[in-house]
Formats: sequence, C-alpha cells, structure tokens
Amino acid sequence: MERAEGNVGSPAAVLECRNVGRSFDSYDGGGKNEVLRGMDFEVHENEFLVLFGAGQCGKTTLLNILAGLDMPTEGQVLTRGKKVTGPAPERGMVYQKTSLFPWMTVEDNVGFGPKVQHMPENERQARIKKYLELVGLTGFEKNYPSQLSGGMRQRVGIARAYANQPDIMLMDEPFGHLDAQTRYMMEEELQRIWQKEKRTVIFVTNNIEEALFLADRIILLTNCPTHIKEEYIINMPHPRDYVDPEFLRLRQLITDNMDLTL
Amino acid sequence: MKSFLEKYKYKLISACSFLFVLLVWQLVTDVFHLVSPVMLPSPTKILGTFWYKLTGGTVPDGSTLLENIWSSLKIALGGYCVGVLIGVPLGVGMAWSRKFELFAKPLFDIIRPVPALAWIPLMILWLGIGYGSKVGIIFFAAFISATVNSYTGIRRTSQVHLWVGKTFGATNRQLLFKVAIPTALPMIFTGLRLALGSAWVALVAAEMLAATSGLGYMIQMARMLGRPDVIIVGMLTIGFVGLMLNTGLEKLQKKYVRRGKQHD
Ligand SMILES: Nc1ncnc2c1ncn2[C@@H]1O[C@H](COP(=O)(O)OP(=O)(O)O)[C@@H](O)[C@H]1O
Ligand SMILES: [Mg+2]
Repeated sequence: MERAEGNVGSPAAVLECRNVGRSFDSYDGGGKNEVLRGMDFEVHENEFLVLFGAGQCGKTTLLNILAGLDMPTEGQVLTRGKKVTGPAPERGMVYQKTSLFPWMTVEDNVGFGPKVQHMPENERQARIKKYLELVGLTGFEKNYPSQLSGGMRQRVGIARAYANQPDIMLMDEPFGHLDAQTRYMMEEELQRIWQKEKRTVIFVTNNIEEALFLADRIILLTNCPTHIKEEYIINMPHPRDYVDPEFLRLRQLITDNMDLTL
Repeated sequence: MKSFLEKYKYKLISACSFLFVLLVWQLVTDVFHLVSPVMLPSPTKILGTFWYKLTGGTVPDGSTLLENIWSSLKIALGGYCVGVLIGVPLGVGMAWSRKFELFAKPLFDIIRPVPALAWIPLMILWLGIGYGSKVGIIFFAAFISATVNSYTGIRRTSQVHLWVGKTFGATNRQLLFKVAIPTALPMIFTGLRLALGSAWVALVAAEMLAATSGLGYMIQMARMLGRPDVIIVGMLTIGFVGLMLNTGLEKLQKKYVRRGKQHD
C-alpha cells in the first residue's frame, strides 16, 4: 500500500501543545527544576510525529502531560480544540517498559480498555482477535506476559492501545529496552501495523535511526529545560533503508544539530 | 540399587537422623530405663496413647482427640474468619483511600503492636472462659497480619499500571478492583497464611488459660495430671493440624493467584 508523503490530510490539528512548561519543586527544597519550557507544536490527522531528544530531557514528562496524567505548570494541551483536563480513552499510551498486567493473559490485557468501558462481550472478543492478528500474535491469546519475549510483550502493548481505537496514540520509547536486532524488527513491524491501520501517533525516542525510519516529521528537542530546537519533515517513501544516501544525509544533519552537552 | 540410593540420597539422610533419634529415645526409656517415664515416655508408649485418644479414649481431659481437634478448630476458624473478613478490607481501604487512612490508621497503629495474648485477661473479664473470649483473642491475632499485608500489597501497585488503567478510562473503582487488588493478591494471601499461623499459636495459648476442651486444654490438663505422653500427643497434633491448614491455604493460593510473577 502506497501512502502520500509528508504531511497528509487536513491541516486541522488532532492535538495541540500550546506553550507548555513544566517545573518540579527541586529535590533540595529551594528552587524549581524546570524540565519543559515553551513547548509549542501540533500533530495532524494520521501523522506519525517523532519527538527526538537525548535521555532524561523530559520526554516522559511531556507525554504524561499530553496523556492528561500530569498537568503543565504553564500553557495547555488541546485535543480537537478541547482542553485536556485528565486522562481519557481517546488518547492511548504505549509505555517505555512493559506495562502489561502480569496477572492477565494476553487476550485479557488487549481487551482491558473495551472491558472497563463495558463493551458487549462479542464485540470485545472481535476487537481482541482483530488487533492480535494485526500485531501478529494470533495463537498467544492464553499466554501470560511472563511467557513472552520482550518484543512480543511490546506488541501486546501496541495491540492493547489499538484495541481501544484511540484518536491518538502516544508512544514513550516503546522499543528502548529491546536488543538491537529485535528493535529493528519491531520498527518494521510498527511501520507495517501503522500502514495497515493509520492512527495519529506521537512517538518519543532517543534513537535517530528509529526516528528517521518511522517519522513523517521529527521534532528535535534540546536538553533541560527542554524546548523545540528544530523541525524536520521527512519525505522519504516507506519502507526506508538505513543506508540510503538520503537517510544518511538526514541522520548527519540532525545529529549535528543535537545538544551533546550532558 | 545404586540409582535408587542416588535418587533418594538426601531423603535417606533425613530419615536416618529421624530414626536415630527415635532409636536413642526408645533405648534410654523402655530398654535401659535411664530416664523416668514421668519425665519422658517412650515412643511406643506415645504411639499407644495416640491410638487410645484417637479411637475414643477420653482420659485424662474428658474428650477424645477428635473432639479436642474439632473444639480447637471451631474457635480458631471462627476468630480467623472474623479477623480476616475485617482485616483485609480494612488494609485495602487504608491503602487505597488517603482520607480513610487518616481516619483509621492511627487507631490501628495503637492496636497493632499489642500482642494478641495480651488481650487474654481483658477478654476473660468481658466474655468469660467460653467460646467468645477465645474467638476474641484469635480475632486479634489474625486481624493484625491480614490488615498489614493487605495494606502493603495494595501500596505496591505500580504507578505505570495505574496510568494504563486511567488512560483506558477506568474509574477509580475499576482501578481498585482490576488493577490494585490483583497486584495485591499474592500479598493478601501471604497475610492470610501468616494470620492463620498467628491464630493457631494464639489459640493454644488461649486454651491453656481459659477452656474446658480443645488441644491446648488437653495438654494443660495432661501436665497437671502428670501425663507427658498425652502432652506429646497433643503437641504433635497441634503441629500437624497447623501444617494441614497452611497446606490447604497454599493450595487455594496456587489455584487462585495464577502467574503472580512480575516481569521487568
Ligand atoms: N515527578 C517528578 N518530580 C520531580 N522531578 C521530576 C519528576 N518527573 C520527572 N522529573 C524530572 O524530569 C527530568 C526528565 O524526566 P523524564 O521526563 O523521565 O525524562 P526522559 O523521559 O526524557 O528520560 C528528570 O531528570 C527529573 O529530574
Ligand atoms: Mg522517559
């Protein structure tokens, strides 16, 4: 399936992050620890937006704010023009570490969202089936997370977010804990899944290859206090090749522009 | 033959020590009469007494062994059930609701360090030496472990799991029943087992002070009447019944707490 390149669809924003700042009280009492400053961007329908920044620069903090789990100390987040005041099922989240419920089977994990929203059982079963198939885990319904490999667990995490059919999916370094081999495989897998069922995605990573492999658009973040340094529209067709000259050029361009001070 | 030895090597070593003790015991009592039977009866004598009590003998305490077991179980399980039925919800509630914790925890913290046995005098004063006072003592023994472990279990709920629940639109009630309680279930079961252990210990102590039947009463009467064989039969029975109760709970735990194993 071919898809249009770059920014597609209507320019109407699915989610807007307006001048968002977040400070925490310093551990040593006195001052403030400013983690985010003036974060201002939006994401469009079915766009794959990657937020790319070094470790510990506030990426999880930002995603939690977008999810409504944390409140900004400045600015606001809007989804389809409405202010975010708390977590909601329209914004699905895939977490850094496996966040599956270890006491539930794969199918119960995937069907968790529909269950808490009291979806009729036959409809719920259909959802579970559909999304396990989408992530290639048909046959593992009755397994427990502890019986799966790291990559499979993250697939369950993705299926679980999809099963809720959210308006937007937030992914916080979902492959950060996988080995390099599995990570490449999962990036291809995610690309395939996303091509098959498009969603608006905000994907956070500290890995430039991962960013370039997946993104329609990359937002480069600075170190703390984190703000936007640069934006890149990535127009390469999928599937992308890690050694393609254009890929390498963009990789060089973006890494040269990174804050390397730690 | 060799493979048989290999296979059961460790069990055989354990069995040897056991048999050795029994042999020496038999030798110093019935064979060489080195120890007075008033101090320590022989293993064969104890076995005989056990058989006598088991098959309906009521001397010296007035009840058969099974009657004593039943009498003790009624008290232990009565106090245990009340303790657990109050303790588990209390622990869960205090861990889940900040307001309820502020309300209930100071009171609980005062009661918590008081050993269950310290309630004996007050319980006898209030309720006499019947069923009620003993159930009251067992209640405190079971209640404390059940509450503390449920509380700790709920507190262990992972922040990320709660986030997941919230982003999927779970209500506070759903977060409690579908996320926090499943997380806590292994700890709650540990609490149930510890509570059963404390209840059984407290029971024997309570019966030694205030009872007309039961295993604790039986060994206490046997001491007064100089029957060490009955004391030992009683002790072994107490140990065995306690072990059975614990095994039963372990089985239940295995059945209902599946794959409690955490990853990452
Ligand atoms: N709850 C909090 N309280 C205080 N400081 C926090 C809190 N959460 C995050 N921070 C600060 O924000 C910084 C960035 O954290 P995080 O968002 O997890 O970074 P990243 O996901 O980019 O690795 C951390 O170094 C930490 O000092
Ligand atoms: Mg992070």
